[in-house]
Amino acid sequence: MAELTREQKVEFLKTIITIRRFEEKTIQLYQVAKIWGYLHPYVGEEAIAAGTCAAIKKSDYIISTHRGHGHSIAKGADLNRMMAELLGKSTGYCKGRGGSMHIADTELGMLGANGIVGGGIPISVGAGFSCKMEAQGRVTVCFFSDGAANNGVFHEALNMASVFTLPVIYVCENNMYAISMSACESISCKDIANRASSYDMPGVIVDGSDPEAVYGVVSSAVARARSGKGPSLIEAKTYRFGGHHPNDPAEYRDKKEVEYYKSEKDPVINYKKKLIDEKILNEEEIKMMEEKIKKAVEDSVRFAEESPEPQLERFLEEVKSI
Amino acid sequence: MREIEYREAIREAVIEEMNMDPKVFLIGEDIGKYGGAFRAYKGLLDMYGEDRVINTPISEGAIIGAGMGAAITGYRPVSELMFIDFSTLAMDQIVNQAAKIRYMTGDNLRCPLVIRTQGGAGRGVAAQHSQSLEAWFYHVPGLKVVMPATPYDVKGLLKTAIRDDNVVMFIEHKMIYLLKGPVPEEEYTIPFGVADIKRQGTDVTIFAYSNMVYKSLEAAAELENYGISAEVFDPRTLVPLDEDALIASVKKTGRLVVVTEACERGSVASDVAAKVSLKAFDWLDSPVKIVAGLNTPIPYNSTLEQASIPHKADIVNAVKEVMGI
Ligand SMILES: Cc1ncc(C[n+]2csc(CCOP(=O)(O)OP(=O)(O)O)c2C)c(N)n1
Repeated sequence: MAELTREQKVEFLKTIITIRRFEEKTIQLYQVAKIWGYLHPYVGEEAIAAGTCAAIKKSDYIISTHRGHGHSIAKGADLNRMMAELLGKSTGYCKGRGGSMHIADTELGMLGANGIVGGGIPISVGAGFSCKMEAQGRVTVCFFSDGAANNGVFHEALNMASVFTLPVIYVCENNMYAISMSACESISCKDIANRASSYDMPGVIVDGSDPEAVYGVVSSAVARARSGKGPSLIEAKTYRFGGHHPNDPAEYRDKKEVEYYKSEKDPVINYKKKLIDEKILNEEEIKMMEEKIKKAVEDSVRFAEESPEPQLERFLEEVKSI
Repeated sequence: MREIEYREAIREAVIEEMNMDPKVFLIGEDIGKYGGAFRAYKGLLDMYGEDRVINTPISEGAIIGAGMGAAITGYRPVSELMFIDFSTLAMDQIVNQAAKIRYMTGDNLRCPLVIRTQGGAGRGVAAQHSQSLEAWFYHVPGLKVVMPATPYDVKGLLKTAIRDDNVVMFIEHKMIYLLKGPVPEEEYTIPFGVADIKRQGTDVTIFAYSNMVYKSLEAAAELENYGISAEVFDPRTLVPLDEDALIASVKKTGRLVVVTEACERGSVASDVAAKVSLKAFDWLDSPVKIVAGLNTPIPYNSTLEQASIPHKADIVNAVKEVMGI
C-alpha cells in the first residue's frame, strides 16, 4: 500500500481530537440535562472511525450503532447539526426526533445509528445489494461492537453477504464490554474475527487505537469489495474509556485494566506523540489544531442552543398522517 | 405498613420464590454483577450464584428460547428482555413457540415461563426504547399479560406469575421503578384476572393500567373540583381480564373512559371499549371515550415526547366530555 501522506496523518489526528472533544462536551451537557435520554460516548475508540472513514469515499455508505457519534463525525457530519440533534432541536439531523441513537443523513451516506444492538447489521445486506446492483464501485461499511456479534442477525447477515458476494466491510469495534458483560465471558471464540471463517470471508484483527493500522486493513478490505470479491470482517480491538453511558460507574471493570488502556492505548495521546516524533506536527501546531477544534465544538453548542425547538403544532399535524 | 420501591418489590418477589422453589432461576442481559438495567436484581448473583442468575450475551431469541426449553423440562425460569422493544428479536420464540406449545401438544408440554420486561415513554430514549407493545401479546392466544402499577401489585403478581404453568408476559413501566408504596412484610400473592379499584367513584369509570393508573388518579382528584366522582379501575392483568368487575363498575357509573399510553390503533384500549360497548351498551349514559398515545414513533425531543402520551389534563377533558360538561 502507498505511504500515507502528511495530510492524511494530520487529518487522522484532527478527526480523532474532534471526536474526543465533541464527546467530552456531550458528556458535560448530559450532566446538566441539556442532552438527555441515552448517550453512549465513543471516548477511547476514536481511531477506528478515523481510520475507517478515511479509507472510503464520501459516496460510500456507513451503518452505525448506538455509540455512533464518532462514525458520523469521521464521515464528515456537520457538528452543528449533530449537536442540535442531541439537544432535540429542529435544526438537528433528525429534526430533534431521534437524538443521539438515531443520527442519519442521506447526503453523508450515513444510513443510521441504531438503538437496537445489531439492528444495523442486516441492513448492511440490503445496502450491499444496492451497491452491487448499481455497479458503481460503491461499498458499505457496517460498524458494530462485540455485544452485537452474539445476536442472531449478525450470523444471518454475514452469511448472506458472503453467499451473495456483497461489497460490505464489517467493522467490529471490540471494546471488551457490552454494558457489564465482558466479551471474554460471552463470546464463544477468543476473537470475533475467527467467526469470519464460518462465512468464508477474510477475518482480520487490528489495533483499534492506531488509526494508520485501521486505515491499512480497511483499505485492503475496501479494495477487495470494490473488485467484486465480497465482504470482509475486521475486528478492531479497543476499549471504552468510560461507563456504558455517563451515569454508569462501570464498577464491573477492574481498575487496573481501565488504567492500562487509558495510559497505553489512548489514541489522542499516542497519535499526537507519533506525529511529533515523526516531525509531522510540532507542539505549537497541535495546540492550534486543538484550539480550532475547541472553537468548532463550542460553536456547535451555541448553534444548537440558539436553534428553535420543533413546533408542536406541526408535530400534531404530521402525526395524523402516520 | 412499610413502604418500598417498585423495584424492591420485584426483588423481594423473586427472592421469596427462589427460596421456596429451587427450580426457579433468572436469565437475561446484565442481570449479574450489574443487577439488571433498573437494578431490580441487585445482589442476587451473590445470593444465588451463576447457575440461578444467568447473565447472557445479547441474544434475545436465545434468552426466551432458553427459558422455554428449561420450562418444558421442569424448571421455572424468569427470562428478562431489558426493553419490550427488544421482544421483536424474540418474537418467534414467544409467539410461535412458547405461547402455543401447551395447546399444540395436547397439554403434553407445559411452559411455566415468565418473561419480565418493561416499556413506556418518558425518559427521552426515543423511538426504539419507549414503546408500549402490550397489544401484540394481548392479541396472541396462549399468553397471559400482566401490567402492575404499584409495588404491592408487582410483588403479588410476580409471585403468581412464577407459579403459573403458562407463559406470562410481565410488563413493567420504566417510569415507576423508584416509586414507593405500601407492601406488607408477610407473604401474599395476587390472583390473575382480579381487578383492583384504585379509587371508588360513582359518576364515571376510568379504566387504566400501568403508569396510566397514576395519571388517572391525579385526574380523578382534580375532577372532584367539578363535583365529579371518578372510579379508577385497574385491571392489573390484561389477560385474563376481569370483565365482570369492569362491567359491574360501568353499571354503577354509567360512563367509561379507557386510558392507555399505547397508540390507539389496534390497542388494548379499543378492544376494552368495544367489549364494554357490546356487553353493557344499555347501561351506558354516553359513548365510551378512549384516551391514548398518538399514532407516532416516540420522538426524542421532550416536548414532542410528552405530547405523544396522555396526561392528567387529557383524562380530565375526556371525563368532562362523557359527563357532558
Ligand atoms: C437488541 C438489543 N438488546 C439489548 C439492548 C440494550 N443494550 C444497549 S447497548 C448494549 C450493549 C451493547 O454492547 P456492544 O454491542 O458491545 O456495544 P458497546 O456498547 O460496547 O459499544 C445493550 C445490551 C439493545 N439496545 N438492543
